[in-house]
Amino acid sequence: MAETLTKQDIIKDENIVYKKTGLMTDKVLSYCPGCGHGTTHRLVMEVIDELGAQANTIGIAPVGCSVLAYEFMDIDMQEAAHGRAPALATAIKRLMPDKLVFTYQGDGDLAAIGTGETIHAANRGENITIIFVNNGIYGMTGGQMAPTTLPGMKSSTSPYGRDIKTMGYPLKITELIARLPGTYFVTRQAVHTPANVRKAKKAIRKAFDLQKQNKGLTFVEIVSNCNSGWKMTPVKANQWMVDNMFPFYPLGDIKVDGELVK
Amino acid sequence: MAKVKGDIIVDIERCKGCEVCIDACPTHTIAMSEDVNGKGYHYMQNVHDACTGCTNCAIVCPDGVITVYRVKI
Amino acid sequence: MAKELRLMKGNEAVAEAAIRAGCDGYFGYPITPQSEVMEYLMAEKPHERTGMVVLQAESELASINMVYGGACCGKKVMTSSSSPGISLMQEGISYLAGAELPCLVVNVVRGGPGLGTIQPSQSDYFQATKGGGHGDYKLITLAPSSVQEMYDFVKVAFDLAFKYRNPAMILSDGAIGQMMEKVVLEDQIPRLTEAEIIKKCPWATTGKTPDRERNIITSLDLDPARQERHNLKLQEKYKKITENEVRYETIDCENAEYIFVAYGTSARICLKALQLAKEKGIKVGLFRPITLFPFPVNQIKEMAGKIKGILSIEMSAGQMIEDIKLAVEGKIKVEHYGKMGGIIPSPNEVLEALEQKIIGG
Repeated sequence: MAETLTKQDIIKDENIVYKKTGLMTDKVLSYCPGCGHGTTHRLVMEVIDELGAQANTIGIAPVGCSVLAYEFMDIDMQEAAHGRAPALATAIKRLMPDKLVFTYQGDGDLAAIGTGETIHAANRGENITIIFVNNGIYGMTGGQMAPTTLPGMKSSTSPYGRDIKTMGYPLKITELIARLPGTYFVTRQAVHTPANVRKAKKAIRKAFDLQKQNKGLTFVEIVSNCNSGWKMTPVKANQWMVDNMFPFYPLGDIKVDGELVK
Repeated sequence: MAKVKGDIIVDIERCKGCEVCIDACPTHTIAMSEDVNGKGYHYMQNVHDACTGCTNCAIVCPDGVITVYRVKI
Repeated sequence: MAKELRLMKGNEAVAEAAIRAGCDGYFGYPITPQSEVMEYLMAEKPHERTGMVVLQAESELASINMVYGGACCGKKVMTSSSSPGISLMQEGISYLAGAELPCLVVNVVRGGPGLGTIQPSQSDYFQATKGGGHGDYKLITLAPSSVQEMYDFVKVAFDLAFKYRNPAMILSDGAIGQMMEKVVLEDQIPRLTEAEIIKKCPWATTGKTPDRERNIITSLDLDPARQERHNLKLQEKYKKITENEVRYETIDCENAEYIFVAYGTSARICLKALQLAKEKGIKVGLFRPITLFPFPVNQIKEMAGKIKGILSIEMSAGQMIEDIKLAVEGKIKVEHYGKMGGIIPSPNEVLEALEQKIIGG
């Protein structure tokens, strides 16, 4: 039987077990090859798709590599000024409490210029979901040092490595956020392997489910790669991420059901 | 024993040749092409007959270029 | 039925007007001399009256970006602040203008630069009328000179903001914000329902339904040709606003030989100066621009052919005078008199300045 099964027998619509969600537009992603942004975009849209929430969701794009996120997500979206996405989200959710509202932000946007908006939205317990992609670098502007750049890590503005004496420490903003009473679910995930992708998707789904229950702010960090900024091939960048980023930014849930678990 | 057989369709022109999918394949049935697509990228393709339709390559693909099919034998 | 009459501060009038104009959301941050706007709103519990949201933000940056988020949804949203806070908001205002979003920003001006003073001033004229933030854009700018106008202009500003999809500013000052006068209150206008907003603002991010393409609000376009087209469209809009929305008031201008041009608190001082001038037999009128953008260029130009000189009275080093001079095109003498640092000039000083700088000059 197996021997007689041809390609034509398999490639049929009824046999599809995975295809890109219809909530991702046909536009070619503007990201570098192997960048975790694409996967993260897709997971968020898969979750919105599965929730049947396209008509009920408003997303906010940041400034940074994902500034054009609205080109790729087939939902109503707003493009925020650098760092201000949580302020936009706050107003949208307050004015339209029945909508699902999320921000999609990078580390420069969320943990440097937008630290104030991030912390205060979290502390007010806004019923929004924040998707935070942390690749330890400013990708779009050409690989400058970010608030999350690791000690000793090279970037275009720390060409000899981040010297913590003069450049300060990397900011573990996710741990900081988790300690605020307004947050309900805070987790750190990655999307470089199939197993991690599955876990990250579950976390994103949980975040939106909790938002629907008005539990408070839900926060999903995705530790990601930046092949271009790190100057490595995508596969090597992912390995470097495992070896260097994960020890500093360990994966897993940090706050569940409003209680710190880490 | 229930067996499955899978296959994939790759949107070759959208593949950026990042190779992240290659390691994700448990049966080593995918590999990069010798040829390049319209943007000059080597693209991933199914080279053996061992695909089980596990979806690993597709879900790890940043550009969402892979559609996966699976049938039970 | 007799209209409701109330004795109110200018800042309180703005707040009450917002509720009654059917405002959906106010987002603000305390700063003197306008903190009564949010204090009044919080005390009034507008959420119970109309469902209006009032939120104290963590900064002016957050406030203006909350306004941006709400405006993207087609909501009637506003903020208020005073000069240093408005400076902090300029990035957000530029984004609002770039993304063509209607909203209201109230600036109860205090003296600068820097932390300056908490006393009234008119030194934010350039910032309000010439853009303020980065890029080629304009705010529709209304200048009230009474508590009643503080009240009335909230609705006017919202209407204009939505008519043109453009941010509007009420450029007041600390004197008008703090003074108490009687105000005639209008009846409550109901807030729009979501269905009404979708109809009125089909561009708004209200959730992508199957019957339409997704709505995206952004001020970004990396394609130079498209970005230029967008800018040309904005300029076309500002031209239309200039042609259609100029507002001003004239007092004793018909047979005048000289004219005071003044707005806001300065215009009130000029009213007394007019009386003093009349007693001296000086024929002087007051031209009060109500819209600072669009500036009443043609009206001043036309007037310039019939009079001998103009004195611009401003609580600044002289900012509006540049627009007056552009309008007058060098035909007659135009001078400035004003005080800075939070000082309001006296009517006698104003009249003296007219005599010295224009009549005798």
